[in-house]
Amino acid sequence: MKEILVILFSVILVDNFVLSKFLGICPFLGVSKRLDSSVGMSIAVTFVMILATAVTWPLYALLLARFELEYLQIIVFILVIAALVQLVEIMLKKYMPALHSSLGVYLPLITTNCAVLGATILNFDNGYTFAQSLANAFGAGLGFLLAMVLFSGIRQKIEEADVPETFKGVPSVLIAASILSLAFMGFSGMVEGVFGK
Amino acid sequence: MTIALPIIIVSLIGLVAGVGLTLAAKYMAVSVDERAARINSVLPGANCGACGFAGCSDYASAIVDSGAKPNLCPVGGADVAAKISTVLGVEVDAAEQRYARVRCAGTFSKTRYVMRYRGMQSCAANKTFYRGRGACPNACLGYGDCTYACNYGAIYMYHGVAVVDKDKCVACGLCVERCPNKLIELARGGSDIFVRCSNTEKGKVTRSMCSVGCIACGRCVKACKFGAVEIENNLAAIDQEKCVGCGLCVKECPMNIIRKYSDPSFPHHRAKSASPAGGQAAQG
Repeated sequence: MKEILVILFSVILVDNFVLSKFLGICPFLGVSKRLDSSVGMSIAVTFVMILATAVTWPLYALLLARFELEYLQIIVFILVIAALVQLVEIMLKKYMPALHSSLGVYLPLITTNCAVLGATILNFDNGYTFAQSLANAFGAGLGFLLAMVLFSGIRQKIEEADVPETFKGVPSVLIAASILSLAFMGFSGMVEGVFGK
Repeated sequence: MTIALPIIIVSLIGLVAGVGLTLAAKYMAVSVDERAARINSVLPGANCGACGFAGCSDYASAIVDSGAKPNLCPVGGADVAAKISTVLGVEVDAAEQRYARVRCAGTFSKTRYVMRYRGMQSCAANKTFYRGRGACPNACLGYGDCTYACNYGAIYMYHGVAVVDKDKCVACGLCVERCPNKLIELARGGSDIFVRCSNTEKGKVTRSMCSVGCIACGRCVKACKFGAVEIENNLAAIDQEKCVGCGLCVKECPMNIIRKYSDPSFPHHRAKSASPAGGQAAQG
């Protein structure tokens, strides 16, 4: 139980996917303009991350690792995740139209998002068990949500601020993102501090 | 052998995924009603959401699937409602006339300003950073964000307050969303009498901020013979369902903020030349 807590804590704050590992920057910069769309996107990402982990972990352990084909993981994972997301989208459209219309726009966007792929691959790099992998995926999604919500608030302020012509638009957003990322460095070493070595 | 196995495994996974997706797409396909597409082509395509649905195509499918009324599109009006009913093959009433109106009357000379704002000339910026330049937290900010939001040129600034030209307004609701102070409302049928104030402070406080604010004196409530006016949150509110438009409350209001939209002295009928948004901001 403690291990899962450590994983959650570290992946949300210390090793935040967006702000420390720089994965999933594209949706982070693209969709964070408004709070509601960034929350929708984050929930979709969390959903897909957990789903992708639940499918790729057995696939890796039972198929790839057994035949010593670990080097194929990236290509196989992309294939599986893309097909999975498509399937989920079709199923949602049929059986849960309400959820589909709220997640629908974002689902295809994250088919092969690097944060999703990164979450599945990092599970094996860290040697997590199945339960730990799921916790890692969930935490990664929550960390993404945190970063998105924080950044959409910052962006709303930037939009209204009187910035010099040169920095208008993307440059000011990139600078703000880098400062937010620096701020998250303050969490480094916190896991040892809170949970002990 | 070393190369055959990976090839077999990857193509097998690909094949399973492909066949699975094909089957899923076939057996779980959602049939799209072709009438929805035809209704969609009739709609104006402004995607403004004034009908209460998320854009034109959503409204079109709502008409077909859940029986939404065909006369909800205020942009298209009676014309579009008639076309939709031809597609559906039913008779419908014409769309009701709707328009936006601004619930603030605090022009430069009437309301008190607390700062000389030199920042970005937009209501949203002024609101985000300084809560507005006026003493009243519910006053029109006066930089005309709504005039930029309007695609139909129906809003203009009149001495620092936004005013809607009823004839041009199509009630799309874009300005309603844009206003940071939520001052603009859509009139839904009923009479054209409304309260030109949104301030919810107590009477004395309101008086200190603005000479045309609702002081919640309650004279309009007593004047109304139909029980249509109530004071909520120190602010008069008119129930459009009950209001018959007799104008008794208009005469009674000591601050002169309960007004009839069709009243000839209403700004919308006077000088239509738009004063520049923002203007001589805090000089008043």
